[in-house]
Amino acid sequence: MFKILVKRALAENVTLFEVAAPRVARRHRAGQFVMVRPHARSERIPLTIADVDPARGSVTLVVQAVGKTTFEMRESFSEGDAFSNVAGPLGNPTHIGVPGKPEDFRGTVACVAGGIGAAPILPIARAFRDAGHEVVTILGARRKDLLVFEDRLRAASSELLVCTDDGSSGRKGFVTDMLKSLIEGRRAEGRDVDLAIAIGPPVMMKFCSKTTEPYGVPTLVSLNTIMVDGTGMCGGCRVLVDGVARYVCVDGPEFDGHRVDFDGMMRRQAMYRAEEAESLARYRENDPSCQLQPAVAAAVSEAEEAAAAPAGQGKASS
Amino acid sequence: MTDPAKPSLTPEDLAARVENRKSLTNRQRGQLPKIYWKEQEPAERIRNTREVPLPYTPAEARAEAVRCLSCKNEPCVTGCPVSVDVPGFLRLVAEGDFRGAIRLIKETNLLPAICGRVCPQESQCQENCMVAKVHKDLGFAVSVGKIEAFLADWEREEGGVELPPVGDPTGKRVAIIGAGPSGLACAGDLRRLGHKTVVFEAFHKAGGVLVYGIPEFRLPKDIVEAEVDNLRRMGVEFEFDTVVGQTLTIDDLFDDGFDAVYVATGAGLPYFVNIPGEDLNGVYSANEYLTRANLMGAYRFPQEDTPVLRRENVAVLGGGNVAMDAARTALRLGAKNVFLVYRRSRDEMPARLEEVHHAEQEGVQFRMLSAPVAILPTESGWVRALKIQTCELGEPDEKGRRRPIPIEGAYEELSVEIVIEAIGNGPNPLIPKTTAGLTTTRHGTLVVDEATMMTTRKGVFAGGDIVAGASTVILAMGHGRKAAAAIGAYLRPEDTRPSR
Repeated sequence: MFKILVKRALAENVTLFEVAAPRVARRHRAGQFVMVRPHARSERIPLTIADVDPARGSVTLVVQAVGKTTFEMRESFSEGDAFSNVAGPLGNPTHIGVPGKPEDFRGTVACVAGGIGAAPILPIARAFRDAGHEVVTILGARRKDLLVFEDRLRAASSELLVCTDDGSSGRKGFVTDMLKSLIEGRRAEGRDVDLAIAIGPPVMMKFCSKTTEPYGVPTLVSLNTIMVDGTGMCGGCRVLVDGVARYVCVDGPEFDGHRVDFDGMMRRQAMYRAEEAESLARYRENDPSCQLQPAVAAAVSEAEEAAAAPAGQGKASS
Repeated sequence: MTDPAKPSLTPEDLAARVENRKSLTNRQRGQLPKIYWKEQEPAERIRNTREVPLPYTPAEARAEAVRCLSCKNEPCVTGCPVSVDVPGFLRLVAEGDFRGAIRLIKETNLLPAICGRVCPQESQCQENCMVAKVHKDLGFAVSVGKIEAFLADWEREEGGVELPPVGDPTGKRVAIIGAGPSGLACAGDLRRLGHKTVVFEAFHKAGGVLVYGIPEFRLPKDIVEAEVDNLRRMGVEFEFDTVVGQTLTIDDLFDDGFDAVYVATGAGLPYFVNIPGEDLNGVYSANEYLTRANLMGAYRFPQEDTPVLRRENVAVLGGGNVAMDAARTALRLGAKNVFLVYRRSRDEMPARLEEVHHAEQEGVQFRMLSAPVAILPTESGWVRALKIQTCELGEPDEKGRRRPIPIEGAYEELSVEIVIEAIGNGPNPLIPKTTAGLTTTRHGTLVVDEATMMTTRKGVFAGGDIVAGASTVILAMGHGRKAAAAIGAYLRPEDTRPSR
């Protein structure tokens, strides 16, 4: 059992859990994830590690409630409770360096986070900064109240740029606009963005990759596909990269964004849409507290809309 | 079940056979009718997940054991990867000494309830059975597996399961990576030698392929749990959620004071045929399909949270046990038409005969000599059909299996919504990738010394699928036992260790 040391609401439907998992905390490096099975009847879901505290023996997970399992984590688990299983750290750590450049090269890295992509990008931004790179982080969300980890990212980056779809915080616009003007601004100064790392909803990663492609800026994306074991056994997480099936759990989770088949990935992410809706509806029916809370009901219907349009699915969707 | 080819004997017949067993000549024994076990009716069983064969009654087990000729050269023992004393335990069963019989089996095989059910007996102990030779029909072999399962079940239900004695503490600690059949067999033997034994498992449950892969209707999970509990009672410790290679490394284990490591991480990434359409929604590896259904309980969705797609028409690619398991699981998940698509002919199928037989009885439609060519999509990217090409058998290949040759233009489309690929898997990549000093073959399996199962790194042993590629439960267990003996020798004090 993995005890929940801290639980905190970060934004609407976004919850932070700090969980005791000493072995995971000791081994974790930026970019890795864990498989979490909240209780004995749950699914195993992949969640990217947002932060670790090796001294406390804990890992921080940021979970967006989008389906039954994640709503249940938010609503049925409190500080002092425990998740049944947390296995990891899994996947390959982020390579802290710029592709195609010598190991001792230090340059400018754009870390682009959409929504709760802010959480998994935090340790990556920090690792690049600690290694001596200039880290410009672009954080975007639909609205001000959906921005998470703003302070942590500011502390971990050389510079933090914020944008919201509605202009309620930072600049009005999308992260892709910010990324484009960053690259062009640097070019105008005769400098370069040497690497972009985009983490967020699949559609956001797709368009970040499209944005950087004409400029030839190498772009990494961190994928969060459906997994069962997370250790290279089931093959469910496969995604086409340059037309070849690669496995997010053991070959990833990071891939060259210019080569990932995002459309195929998004289609596969929606494979259990009907089952997910059934599961969530059933959970809502069986839990009277859900029906009593209009905010929860609204959140559920929003999540269903998001699920119905897979492009809107957040990181850690399940 | 009343099958004219499988006459059932009255209780009086059974009792008389047992009564008269001492006066039978071998010729007479060889002619005794085989005792057939009962099975759930196919139409009934595809609507549940209960085990298909019903166990022998004590009287049936005894009467069947009387058929053994006690051959001097013991071809059945030779055929068994762990050399169970088959004639010895059959003799005890015939006497009615079930306790003695199970004790004898456990001297060489700690997991008889499992082996009795999943071993390919027809290519092991039962393959060279003289009774089958007399009848010129493998089907007439003494039902060694069924009697073995009966004994293990009898002991469990009777209570007082006897555990093999645990050796005096040696002060040595051995880490086992993977709680599948190979790791479990190794753990039991190491406890007999007195070594402290800790099994590290990535999943939340012990059993490996016995719990994620082999379905309930073939191997009830409470049986696996009971066997694992027996190992616990012998002092084997388990640590779950531990992905060695990631959560801990083999170097960490040695640093933590383990004296030896046995790597039994089993199956790795599934192979896909590599045809167009494999990324469509509705295409599964058998590993994923079965893990969802079995380990994660998707049979019971939405009572359990993990889903698996349920559709009316399913194609399964492959001809092994895993393919049969996937096909029969699909039926139990409500499929109306399940096609088993295999490139070669029935004779070349590697599955256990009983599984092929059961799959056929349950209505799985065999499409032999059919090569999958493409998976065809709907407009929205789901599976619509499987395109297959008819083959004919050509010249035998290097293994003696006749090669399927596609017939030009002979295409057909099977309308299906799910395609499950069960064509095997590579070894798990995590340990070789994260451990220095281990040499791998070009297939990614670990290189070991065949006599000791030691890898190219001192003190690190390996067995099961990580060494053999996709093989069988019993072979994996055999590796575990061989490694345990070698680890025992390796951990002996220097002065008694044979010089190398």
